[in-house]
Amino acid sequence: MDIDLIIASFPKLLGGALITLKLLSASMFFGILIGLFFAILRIKNNFLSKIAYGYSYVFRGTPLLVQIFIIYYGFAEIDLIRKTFLWEAFKEPYWCAIIAFALNTGAYTSEILRSAFETIKIGYIEAGKSLGISKKLIFYKIQIPIAIKQSLPAYGNEIILMLKGTSLASTVTLMDITGIAKYIISTTFKPIEVFIVAGSIYLFMTFIIHNVIKFLEKKYSFNN
Amino acid sequence: MDLLAFGKTGWGDELFVAALMTIAVSITAMFIGFIFALIFTPLKLSKNKFLNLIANSYTTVIRGVPELLVIYLFFFGGSGALMYVASIFGYYEYIEINAFITGSVAIGIISGAYSTEVFRGAIQSIDKGQFEASKVLGFKKHIHFFKIIMPQMLRLSIPNLSNVWQITLKDTSLISVTGLVEIMRQSYIAAGSTRDPLFFYSFAAVLYLALTFLSMQLINRLELKYNKGY
Repeated sequence: MDIDLIIASFPKLLGGALITLKLLSASMFFGILIGLFFAILRIKNNFLSKIAYGYSYVFRGTPLLVQIFIIYYGFAEIDLIRKTFLWEAFKEPYWCAIIAFALNTGAYTSEILRSAFETIKIGYIEAGKSLGISKKLIFYKIQIPIAIKQSLPAYGNEIILMLKGTSLASTVTLMDITGIAKYIISTTFKPIEVFIVAGSIYLFMTFIIHNVIKFLEKKYSFNN
Repeated sequence: MDLLAFGKTGWGDELFVAALMTIAVSITAMFIGFIFALIFTPLKLSKNKFLNLIANSYTTVIRGVPELLVIYLFFFGGSGALMYVASIFGYYEYIEINAFITGSVAIGIISGAYSTEVFRGAIQSIDKGQFEASKVLGFKKHIHFFKIIMPQMLRLSIPNLSNVWQITLKDTSLISVTGLVEIMRQSYIAAGSTRDPLFFYSFAAVLYLALTFLSMQLINRLELKYNKGY
């Protein structure tokens, strides 16, 4: 065990943690918007809901690595992207990673929210109707808050899965925690020490996320 | 479509073999995970605090750390660890572990952590009467586990194990970083030599979709079969 390496690699890996957090927060932000959009499409049973289902099926059925590679390496072939302003985003590995992560987590989020919408008790909606609240208001003020509350535990898991997913950014040259860890391992050939440090940073983040979600769940539960 | 031709002109046969490799790694990893789960589930349910701690740290660490990091640990550390063990026994030559074994073990350990949680949940949801009845009937411990608890545990865990299978199948794409020629690696090679990454990565996505779709069909059938009478 090389204690010096553990101490020396800690600040370097912590620098990578910043990129990991940036990637995570950006992709979760866009992901929840995408997820909400596709979850709403799936409430009614029509053509649009089939498209939403197809989207979530494809993104949940393929590995995240494939999705990143298609967006980073593949999309550069398309003229529509390379010759227009879109190229500004798609030439940067950073934005490609965020786009891939957001689309991926959006697919999972849409499933989580959809099942939350489906399990809302009909009584809440009927209560709203009998009080004469408009349909729009019922949707925004009753259905969405309840759905969000119900999907908190599953969404917490999704954040943790996405935290682990951001490690794939290292495959498109980004230096997040895993990217830096791989670099240190391949220069020092001491995988165990680096794994302990990088793993602890990830575990610490998981721990924080887990507890924040637990706190929110308690705060928004109906019982108190 | 010329790109997918079989033989020397296209990549069809290479990708087909690569898909078989993905299936082989997934099944091996799932099997290794199964063994890990069978070891760690009893530890997790045991009344001994120390055994609990071991099992809980295994599942927490593996489920909280990115898969890629675990794979790097095994890829760079696997042969080193094996050589260290070998040196104790007086063998000092260089040992190289094959990428298939490294990959399957790494993914297997990850899949095992998820399977452990699934088995734990399944055992806890078995009716208490079953445990009591087998105790009253005086079955030996191993018969109690293998003939009474395990069959029920397996039936209850089929739906969740199918999720674990999907996760495992998708995780095998990460082994491509170690150079094992599975779908992802083969697409990378093909994309590099034909300069058509969009086509080959999209085709890889189609292959993965087909694999998940087919395996889901199979698992659904299995579920129906074992839910007869419930």
